[in-house]
Amino acid sequence: MCLAVPAKLVTCDGTNGVADLHGNRVEVSTLLVPGVKQGDWVLVHAGFAIQKLEEDEAQETFALLGDMAKAAGKEAAASVAAERGFSATTRPDTRKGGSK
Amino acid sequence: MKTAAINSQASTAMSAALSPQESIARLRAAAARLGRHANFMEVCGTHTVSVFRSGLHSLMPDNVTLLSGPGCPVCVTSQGDIDQLVELALRKDVTLCTYGDMIRVTGATGSLEGARGQGADVRVLYSALDAVKIAIAEPRRQVVFAAVGFETTTPATAAAILEADRLFLGNFTALTSHKVIMPAMRALLEGGSSTGKLINVDGFLCPGHVAVILGAAAFRPVVENYGKACVIAGFEPEQIAAAMALLVEMVADGKPVLANAYPQAVSEEGNTVAWGLVQKVFEPCPSYWRGLGVLPDSGLGLRAPYTRYDARIRFELGTPGNREPAGCRCGDVITGRATPAECRLFGNVCTPIRAIGPCMVSSEGTCQAWFKYQRVSKEGKP
Repeated sequence: MCLAVPAKLVTCDGTNGVADLHGNRVEVSTLLVPGVKQGDWVLVHAGFAIQKLEEDEAQETFALLGDMAKAAGKEAAASVAAERGFSATTRPDTRKGGSK
Repeated sequence: MKTAAINSQASTAMSAALSPQESIARLRAAAARLGRHANFMEVCGTHTVSVFRSGLHSLMPDNVTLLSGPGCPVCVTSQGDIDQLVELALRKDVTLCTYGDMIRVTGATGSLEGARGQGADVRVLYSALDAVKIAIAEPRRQVVFAAVGFETTTPATAAAILEADRLFLGNFTALTSHKVIMPAMRALLEGGSSTGKLINVDGFLCPGHVAVILGAAAFRPVVENYGKACVIAGFEPEQIAAAMALLVEMVADGKPVLANAYPQAVSEEGNTVAWGLVQKVFEPCPSYWRGLGVLPDSGLGLRAPYTRYDARIRFELGTPGNREPAGCRCGDVITGRATPAECRLFGNVCTPIRAIGPCMVSSEGTCQAWFKYQRVSKEGKP
């Protein structure tokens, strides 16, 4: 139940925000993270932003995840797949997130 | 790539930017140094699912086991709470709003899904604030919000109740079964109130999104009072692998500390605004946990003046009972005392399609994860 995903605030009016969640626009309340503004990255849980994320940190995670996704697509990463874990089970398009 | 400097004073930020291969290599190297078996436990349903789905269990060295603890809110919610939800849903004047996780869980009198089949007005929500919106839009309905979840979810309930209070809504209530994780971790380490048997763990994979709200510091007592290693972890398989490597290294080195392997989101003090709202609306109360019994101060009940939004008071429901399905071992499973394979119902009469225990109903439940991902080996080890 404690799912939360990073998303970028597209608009923010008072405590009513709209976040871009992998291309979907979802309404989020920013009540719990005062001071966030349009363009900020936040962690969204059950309709609430629960934490502001620093963009470079968010990007750092995404960069890592991107590398993973690329590696997963290459034959060279067969060793990853052979480890029976990561690449075979996760699609690249769902990888950009803190948690699913 | 950042490297972690660990010390026992501060929860040390550690970049999770290890590649999975590096993490697994470090995990195996540390496990080889252990010279014994080590058990670790995660206490978050989202961790449970991520670990099973990614196959991390199969990458663990033979002498390292990651157990699933009482981290799925649906699984620890008492049968009595579910019965009360169904009872309310079946009232003609009630619209019952719930997160999707709860809808299929069966109490003594059926599930919310079953109630809906009998004509009850049960609606699945994404946000607690949607329940308030329904109460505004439909003033002749009594809107009841099924408030479940751990610290990550509770601030949303607090915000919904404060919003209802601001609008003087007379037709909004919440049936609260919110819980806090620390008393459960303590009970596991001290034997719990319903059983004297201790589980033997060397450390905890601490729940990242609970830590977002509570702060990393909240887990320090587990290290200081019980000498267990604690690593706060994110939810991607590579983040969990890195955290596991760190945990095993700490135990192999004999230096259990608190480390924050999810610094992108978790600060030392947590989200004080969110937890402030929770403290404004809720106060600690005893709460019944499946498998652990009643634990003092492990639940959150509405405090005055917000008790007028308590569905138990408005509908005079009384204290929920706690009857559990016969033969079901969910209580042992979520406390690490039994694996699903050791339950006689598992996979026979209890399957995701016709689930008997909540650990099989919930998509975050250990039994459903075992069933779905076929985690069965000769040793019964995940």
